[in-house]
Amino acid sequence: MKPVVRYAPLLLLALLWEVVPRAHLIDPRSLPPLSAVAVAWWDLVTSGDLWTNGISSLVNLSAGLLLGVLIGAALGILMAWYGMLDDVVHPLVRALYPMPKSALIPVMILWLGLGAASKIASIFMGCLLPAVLSAYNGARGVDRVLIWSALAAGATRRAVLWEVILPAAMPEILAGIRTALALSFILMVASEFLIGQTGMGYLISFRGESGAYDSMFAGVLTVSAVGFLADRAYLWAMQRALIWRE
Amino acid sequence: MKKIFLRSVLIVALIVAWETAARVHVVSPFLLPAFSTVLRRLYTETVSLQLPVGLGLSIYRSLVGFALAAVLGVAIGILIARVNSARWFFDPLVSIGMPMPKIAFLPIFVLWFGVFDESKILMVAFSSVFPVIVAAWAGTENVERLLLWSARSLGASDRGLLWEVALPAAFPQIMTGLQVALPIAMVTDIVAEMAMGGQGLGGDMMQAMRFADSPGVFAGILAIAIAGSALVKAMELIRRRLLVWHAEAEHA
Repeated sequence: MKPVVRYAPLLLLALLWEVVPRAHLIDPRSLPPLSAVAVAWWDLVTSGDLWTNGISSLVNLSAGLLLGVLIGAALGILMAWYGMLDDVVHPLVRALYPMPKSALIPVMILWLGLGAASKIASIFMGCLLPAVLSAYNGARGVDRVLIWSALAAGATRRAVLWEVILPAAMPEILAGIRTALALSFILMVASEFLIGQTGMGYLISFRGESGAYDSMFAGVLTVSAVGFLADRAYLWAMQRALIWRE
Repeated sequence: MKKIFLRSVLIVALIVAWETAARVHVVSPFLLPAFSTVLRRLYTETVSLQLPVGLGLSIYRSLVGFALAAVLGVAIGILIARVNSARWFFDPLVSIGMPMPKIAFLPIFVLWFGVFDESKILMVAFSSVFPVIVAAWAGTENVERLLLWSARSLGASDRGLLWEVALPAAFPQIMTGLQVALPIAMVTDIVAEMAMGGQGLGGDMMQAMRFADSPGVFAGILAIAIAGSALVKAMELIRRRLLVWHAEAEHA
């Protein structure tokens, strides 16, 4: 299918978004026409609001995601490597996994105050468990024979860890990171709603509360687009990274 | 046996460590109130009905939103798999909506539907509907041709084919989609309650946080963790119950 045909529904919706409020079928205060949202978006760009808040969001997101993924993957592999940890920690991880991570935000505020540290910690907590579980499952799935033969051939335990287990667990870990990426966006926006001061979530909710609905919609569209593009970019990079497996 | 023993030892050790850390002021009781304080708090909140009401509200909002997402998601998914124009319309929307952080739409839901139950429920439904759509779509599309052909050659109507062949065959996959959607529904509901207020476990926690009432915050966390695990566990049990006839049940 041609891209024009494929994405025509989006164009259709964009057109409706413009026409319906203009024709006052919906109150333009509830749904500002798309062109007004575009103007508001441009104002956000030129006034610098989009950059300061966007960069604040991206810095917190990257810090929380990176820490969560690195520490989580390390924990997961250690759990698979040491049986004792496995017996004890795995049920704990499984018990905590279904907990709605957003519930931790007030605890983080209590511990770290109303600032970037609380946001990063919330994002970190959200990314940690998916990384732990995926690394654990990946490392557990490694063929025992592979490990034995590497050890028999004289490889040190450390070399086995780095050169056998980690590469074999990589596809699962990468899939886990994709889940963590999606969660990091959710926790970023949620923590900025609740903690405020800076960030895209703050920008959106502040504009909404002060009645500047056109910039609120512009902010929502920006966050959605960045979240979507981040996922697509990650997917693309992941597929390239795993080409050697074919 | 040994595993169960180790686990219980771990849990008891964690609770004892928590209790002593708070009691001997290794950590200030404000940052980490003693486990016994939190338990007492859970008890008084239960007696004052704050906890049962909050728990009920949160579960009500999460589950009604989730049920909406389930019904709509399955319907849209089947429509996409079977009707070409529906596929044309929904395909780009779903592929963009799925990875998008839906929670960012919260202020729009406040603008359109206010800050009460209906707004929270619709927000929950919106953010949890996408995995259900994708699962129902993939599930009904991948039903084996052979199954459909044999049913048709035995004289099944289109409607019969959908209800008695395609849906049951897609059911395990749809259940998996629902199992992904349920935690999303709960996360969204908690955030919505925190941001919009209006009681519920999330709202109560935020209220406690504002008054720097740390036992209240920790009581909230415990209640949410237990409620979340219970719902997810219930979903696993329902799956096992409903899929007794299916081959996957034999592995369990």
